[in-house]
Amino acid sequence: MTAFRQSVEAMIPALRRYARALTRDADIADDLVQDTLVRALRSERLFLGGDVRSWLYTILTNLNKNRRRSLARRPQFMPLLDNNPDASGTEAEGRDIARALATLVEEQRSVLLLVMLEGLSYREVADIQGVPIGTVMSRLARARAHVKASLEGERVALRRVK
Amino acid sequence: MTEPHIPVTEDELHAYVDNELPAERRGDVEAWLAAHPDDAERVQSWRTMADALHARYDSVADEAVPKRLELERLVRQPRRWVYGAIAATLVAFVAGGGTGWVARGAAATPSAFQNFTLDALDAHRLYVVEVRHPVEVAASDRDHLVQWLSKRCGYDVKAPVLEGTGLKLVGGRLLPGPEAPAAFLMYESPNGERFTLYTSRADTDTTQMRYATSEGDGAMYWADRGVGYVLSGPADKDRLNQVARMVYDKTDKNGG
Repeated sequence: MTAFRQSVEAMIPALRRYARALTRDADIADDLVQDTLVRALRSERLFLGGDVRSWLYTILTNLNKNRRRSLARRPQFMPLLDNNPDASGTEAEGRDIARALATLVEEQRSVLLLVMLEGLSYREVADIQGVPIGTVMSRLARARAHVKASLEGERVALRRVK
Repeated sequence: MTEPHIPVTEDELHAYVDNELPAERRGDVEAWLAAHPDDAERVQSWRTMADALHARYDSVADEAVPKRLELERLVRQPRRWVYGAIAATLVAFVAGGGTGWVARGAAATPSAFQNFTLDALDAHRLYVVEVRHPVEVAASDRDHLVQWLSKRCGYDVKAPVLEGTGLKLVGGRLLPGPEAPAAFLMYESPNGERFTLYTSRADTDTTQMRYATSEGDGAMYWADRGVGYVLSGPADKDRLNQVARMVYDKTDKNGG
């Protein structure tokens, strides 16, 4: 196996985690990871070095954006969370954070997860989203305020965050 | 407590939590937090949030990687994947009335199982309005219907009796499914309310039950040991759920 493929392979668990949190659906998440990997493998010869990790997150983030666009007019699918009688306390907390994530707009969710879950730097996230660092920081601030409010069961504060 | 000479900004609080703050400024921020409990509480809440995210999603990274994501397989079967993507795009195109086409270049395959559910909903809409020929084989020929469908679909097709739901089997028909032939059964209540059960071999092994809704119709869909099930009916979620649970119990109990 080439060094390139090894570094792609090493990223699969983290990509699955990011995709799951991004979509909150196991099937869709793995579809996204599969598409990301296929695309990465196809572009192996075009890859001129650099950070494989950021590149894979970029592909996945873009594919998810396209997926959401194409799904916009299709039926809405949702897991039947309320029908899970044996959810433990931790699972219930997990559902809360999943629900809070669901309230975010796409770019904010992506920033929040890349920084807080995947541990990427502001610079890397700016490159992934193709925006200036300042935009990443304001998206992150808004996402955190939103999730905090959602977890605390409040209506989202309209207060301007400086 | 001495105030730092330059006030700490919102951005710096975030940068502090994310380890993006220049080292020489960390002391100032820590002093600021000691003097500003509101900000300290906010910073703490962001840390709790990060813990909650890791608690919820780190387990996904620890799972064994599913076979379909193994690079060896993806390298060996790129062609099949391309055909799959085209098929999925066509379904999206048909279902979306054209919107799917726009996303064609994106190569993002919608979940195969969701397309499965769309096929089932299409069949449901096509046949529930039929007055004279809703089914190919009527419920009076139940044994024959079940045998025939099982033979053509390649697994044990069940036509469960749905006691207590008021629904009676009308009959069934064979349909083309996404991967293999599909068995399509229709049930009806005394007041004419119709439910259909669409089953076919699925790539997905076993999933939890999910709900989908489209243009006034609802569907509960799940997979069980390589067979996909879609129960479609009126969009009343509680009613659908009640019927779907009974179908699930009956097909499961009989070892199907």
